[in-house]
Amino acid sequence: MSDAIVTARGLSKRYGTTVALDNVDLNIQAGRIVGLVGPNGAGKTTALKAILGLAEFDGEMNVLGLDPRKHRNELMQQVCFIADVAVLPRWITVEEVVDFVGGVHPRFSREKCLAFLAKTKMKNTQRVRELSKGMIVQLHLALVMAIDAKLLVLDEPTLGLDILYRKEFYQSLLNDYFDEQKTIIVTTHQIEEIEHILTDLLFIRDGKIVLDATMDQISDRFAEVMVNPDKNEVARALKPIYERQIFGKSIFLFDGIDHARLAELGELHKPSVADLFVATMKGTYA
Amino acid sequence: MSTANPINTFSWLVKREYWEYRGSFFWAPLITGMVMIAISLMVLITAEVTAHQHGISINGFDLSKITQSMTPEQIETLRSALDVSLLGMCFPIGIVLFFVLFFYGIGTLYNDRADRSVLFWKSLPFSDTETVLAKVAAAAILAPVLAVAGMIVLQLGFLVLLTGYAMFHGVNALPLIWSPTHLVSLWVRLILCIPINALWALPSIGWLFMCSSFARSKPFLWAVMVPVLSGVIVSWFSLMQAFSLQSVWYWKHIVGRALLSLVPGSWMTMDLSTGSLTQMGNNPSEISQNILSMSALGHQLLSPDLWIGAAVGAGMIAAAIYFRKKRVEAFA
Repeated sequence: MSDAIVTARGLSKRYGTTVALDNVDLNIQAGRIVGLVGPNGAGKTTALKAILGLAEFDGEMNVLGLDPRKHRNELMQQVCFIADVAVLPRWITVEEVVDFVGGVHPRFSREKCLAFLAKTKMKNTQRVRELSKGMIVQLHLALVMAIDAKLLVLDEPTLGLDILYRKEFYQSLLNDYFDEQKTIIVTTHQIEEIEHILTDLLFIRDGKIVLDATMDQISDRFAEVMVNPDKNEVARALKPIYERQIFGKSIFLFDGIDHARLAELGELHKPSVADLFVATMKGTYA
Repeated sequence: MSTANPINTFSWLVKREYWEYRGSFFWAPLITGMVMIAISLMVLITAEVTAHQHGISINGFDLSKITQSMTPEQIETLRSALDVSLLGMCFPIGIVLFFVLFFYGIGTLYNDRADRSVLFWKSLPFSDTETVLAKVAAAAILAPVLAVAGMIVLQLGFLVLLTGYAMFHGVNALPLIWSPTHLVSLWVRLILCIPINALWALPSIGWLFMCSSFARSKPFLWAVMVPVLSGVIVSWFSLMQAFSLQSVWYWKHIVGRALLSLVPGSWMTMDLSTGSLTQMGNNPSEISQNILSMSALGHQLLSPDLWIGAAVGAGMIAAAIYFRKKRVEAFA
């Protein structure tokens, strides 16, 4: 595993009595797009903050060969980060923020950034507070895409945006930014919109990683079967991880059962990440 | 791999402070100066109108003749009196600078945590130490330099106004009031005050930055209430135990230095209590020479009060850096 971008061993973090991360191991390889998915309060943001050196934690963490706790500023030459749309300073103008990032970031290409901005309706003299949420995220994305970084961390980057901006965001990211030298870690609640661009999936629940698989492994491992009522008992005997009813039929979600055997029960489907998520996380808020 | 030049990064960080606080650092002293000019103009106009209403004519008044009949000592006294008023005129800009820096200090390491833009700043390759030191440089050097520039503009504006007023009455005041040696000496003294004010202000800058960096909410209350309440408690117990001298000392050297050291020239008040205002002189020439004189500035540079305060301030700035690393968002 020489080209690991992020490795963590025994990552733990507590806020008072709440356990945000409980002995988490991570191994994220170069050239992947990893979706970190979990319910609210599961520890997603804490895990990202640990990777970025923005939070104290216990355990070992190595990001691009550096310990984020000790070398945050060196790390930030190689790592970019978009939290949600609200984090660009509201007083700054488009021109100033481009100048500033260009001034302090050795891997920033001003030409690239201006080329991205030329495709938007923003004016150089506008302040961030005068921009719409969608334009703010366009600006942040233009800044980040102009930085030749190895790791991009996105924490709910499209929160509160309409579908046009959300689609455009991920499209630009995929077409104009991503390549096999780069790695992206993304958390979002709109998981169904990005599942087709992910290569890896990490499910986190109550501070623990409950699923860590590539998308290929997921389609091998999991299967959804629509079963006629007469075969329900046979299906239940195979211990499905989730069961739901639709049009009087039961849909079962299986983990690690031979697909040929499941095909005998009824129609086989590849489960969506959203269904897998619901199945894995059931009872979280109970 | 290319790396950013640290001096270059630092200057961008200071520039960022200027952009964010352009209104307070640049416009506030300049506008205060303009208001002072406007007030002077109004006073002159009022005087003119009043004189006219009462049928008093100043037109026969010939300043140049008076100047010719003045002895060099008298001219010197007049110019010194002008110096003293030019300095006194700058006082409002100094007070504005104090308020600007006081609120800058309270907000600068807090506001970006409250609106979460700290997450953007922390996603860029510079350290928290550089961030805080750039803010110290903005408060201790950049804002005072701009304020002194505003003071000089104000003084020039006032002299232009006076000259114009004299000209209105057919008098050429140029040779009398535009004395290069006086003006240059005045400005050199104002500029030399900047580093002394900066060193003197360090305990205040350190305290405000520390509160700004530490507070999860309401940094203003932390910054003001902690010193004031501690002073009240000290006074209370001193009263109880009849240590009244000590509580005065505490208010002056601890509470006062934490909250008011940003008032430009406030180090002079340390000498006032020993009666040196009366020692400034008995006539304008003496006062003008003694106020902010080289020997007074030099004396201040050697005072333990200045250096002990600066050391304590540096310690509190280090604490502000420590909290900057620890606290990411205000309410997280």
